[in-house]
Amino acid sequence: MPRQKSERFIVPIGPQHPALKEPGHFEFTVEGEVVTNATARLGFVHRGMEKGAESRTWTQDLYLMERVCGICSHVHSMAFVLGVEKLANVQAPPRAQAIRELVAELERIHSHILWLGVAAHEGGFDTLFMFSWRDRETVMDLLETISGNRVNYSANVLGGVKVDINERQKDELLRGMDFLEERTRHYLKVVTEDDTFLGRTRNIGVMTFEEATRLGAIGPTGRASGLLRDVRMDSPYAGYPDFPIQIVTAKAGDLEARFVVRIKELFESYRLVREIVEKIPSGDLTTKIPRRIPEGETVSRVEAPRGELFYYIKSNGTDRPERVKVRTPSLCNCASVLTTAIGHKLADMPMILAGIDPCFSCNDRMVVLNGPAGQSLWDWEKLRQYGIEYYKK
Amino acid sequence: MNNPIQNVMEKIKTWARTNSPWAIHFNSGSCNGCDIEILATLTPRYDVERFGIKLQGSPRHADVLICTGPVTLQARDRLVRIYEQMPEPKFVVAVGSCSISGGVFDGCYNVVGDISEVIPVNVYVPGCPPRPEAIIYGIEQLLKTLQP
Repeated sequence: MPRQKSERFIVPIGPQHPALKEPGHFEFTVEGEVVTNATARLGFVHRGMEKGAESRTWTQDLYLMERVCGICSHVHSMAFVLGVEKLANVQAPPRAQAIRELVAELERIHSHILWLGVAAHEGGFDTLFMFSWRDRETVMDLLETISGNRVNYSANVLGGVKVDINERQKDELLRGMDFLEERTRHYLKVVTEDDTFLGRTRNIGVMTFEEATRLGAIGPTGRASGLLRDVRMDSPYAGYPDFPIQIVTAKAGDLEARFVVRIKELFESYRLVREIVEKIPSGDLTTKIPRRIPEGETVSRVEAPRGELFYYIKSNGTDRPERVKVRTPSLCNCASVLTTAIGHKLADMPMILAGIDPCFSCNDRMVVLNGPAGQSLWDWEKLRQYGIEYYKK
Repeated sequence: MNNPIQNVMEKIKTWARTNSPWAIHFNSGSCNGCDIEILATLTPRYDVERFGIKLQGSPRHADVLICTGPVTLQARDRLVRIYEQMPEPKFVVAVGSCSISGGVFDGCYNVVGDISEVIPVNVYVPGCPPRPEAIIYGIEQLLKTLQP
């Protein structure tokens, strides 16, 4: 029987798909089992928050920005307050800065363990998913004792923090860290020694150092390819000048390296939490900040669990910002998925996709298109029609 | 419905439905907070599978649609399509403040509004995000209304 010339198929995944917890749409072109091309369509969770921020006051925006992403909510509000404090020329007290760092590191622990579970689940290793999420409840309890909420802690206010830690909470934190450290050591052993799991991760989705540099990979995804890039080290903010981190990198750039980098970052976070608990400076929690922020513009960078988070804030001297621009780490890493996916089997796609720890709710931004006749503004109906036509092809 | 066999069949159906509802989860513009709490209900500490509740991948196998977040213009068509693909009888649980009123996103230009503006909702679970216990309680309330 003559073979068909081309056996190309396009496999659409999403926006509602069991492998994705959030809506995102991917199209993989496959020849047999091997992926030859990949495209992504984002924007299902685009809500128009940057525009919405312009019609809210600085304080209201704090709560809006915290809900850019539920997993890394604290770093979003931290990037925002650090920018606003820079504009207002106000410095939060040292104790507030230390508590900001403490909550950020606890959030990193929760986010990395969450990722470990989800990535293991995508690889079909549900036991690890269940175990890691059971242990994650420890850090969720700690965040709840500190802030009163499991997610969206709203620990920051303009000019400081609104939560404090007492002796009892310090004990709980230390006990929690001991438990988690022991468990994490076990997970490190599992992901580096379990043969079945290594079959799904070793040499899969390899991104070399050169490629990572070219694609602008950041965060643990970039560090797993040997990139020395971490905002906490490059330009320390909040409490990081007093409680510095040690950067964790790996060389291989495959999925296994991303597991190892994230797990080793957990140990670093445990160490930092212990250090902050022991040496937390005493003093006030907040300073006074004006209701109207002086005119000016600023850039604020923090290291989110997924990589560098970038805020641009412009004030026109009123009680509302003139422009807030957010650039989230998942957007930078998205290109790396589409490139590393090519040449792998379709079955590896969920793992490669999960490997960058994608977060679509952070991601979905509006892009203004420069049309052919010099027109740069599209109304909504036109944009929608364009989108429908574009994806019809 | 006087046929005794039909009566018995209805009873068996209700028994099966209330003891093993299969759920599907769709995020139509949420910040993820509710989604990770829904995921947390499946994991060992909360473990909804002991009530027979199972998170299911395909809308065609699902009885309960768990929605999070406000509805964005992009996700609206998908949400309606998923709802229409579900077999009757179908129930909708709206989780989180955004799915009740739009929450903090109320007034953003790409947000249509809450879930009930697009599809009918049976149970609302408030909170930003609701605790896993609250989500379980919400689903339990839904199952109670199905009892004869």
